[in-house]
Amino acid sequence: MSEVVKKFMYLNRKAPYGTIYAWEALEVVLIGAAFDQDVCVMFVDDGVYQLTKGQDTKGIGMKNFSPTYRTLGDYEVKRIFVDRASLEARGLTQEDLVEIAWEDFETEEEIENIVEVVDAARVSELMNESDAIFSF
Amino acid sequence: MTILHTVNKSPFERNSLESCLKFATEGAAVLLFEDGIYAALSGTSVETQVAGALDKLKIYVLGPDLKARGFREERVIAGISVVDYAGFVDLTAENDTVQAWL
Repeated sequence: MSEVVKKFMYLNRKAPYGTIYAWEALEVVLIGAAFDQDVCVMFVDDGVYQLTKGQDTKGIGMKNFSPTYRTLGDYEVKRIFVDRASLEARGLTQEDLVEIAWEDFETEEEIENIVEVVDAARVSELMNESDAIFSF
Repeated sequence: MTILHTVNKSPFERNSLESCLKFATEGAAVLLFEDGIYAALSGTSVETQVAGALDKLKIYVLGPDLKARGFREERVIAGISVVDYAGFVDLTAENDTVQAWL
């Protein structure tokens, strides 16, 4: 395994279920997690809908993949960001979103919720810091 | 001729809803489903446009698509009716044609 650690950003801009993008992005994040890179997952535009609480897909006959987001912390994804303006345009607040916990198994450091709502300037800054951006 | 207009795209990503509301005439029915359901929610940047259209159009939203995306009926704009798949079929049967704004 290479010892070079790169900063990856997974940029999500699509709502879940209507298209396959959200599901595919999640699969790629989980696969990428196996490679010990510095990962950041960003949700902007309709991508913020991926994180809504209480998704129940029984009525549409599709797999509900929203519980998987809550396991991202277990895959050592520690940085998850949501664009504030995208939430506001959709009448949503952080209360509407799932919480994702994170724990460092060595130090036992715990964070109750790593989902961070940020402004546009911070989104840009995080994009500029990334070595690679995977766009969905 | 009565028309059932269907919109299955997010109003924040496509102009399907905008075109639908522009061309649908008095008394027509509009069904929001799949990613189109986001237009039926209150508090969004398109709420005024959608609520305003209720003056001349009957607007429906597909319940199973709302639930799948994590939204309960309480979040739907007042005046929009929530229907199930049987209701979708009824709307199709009641109207002469269906125009899908893809």
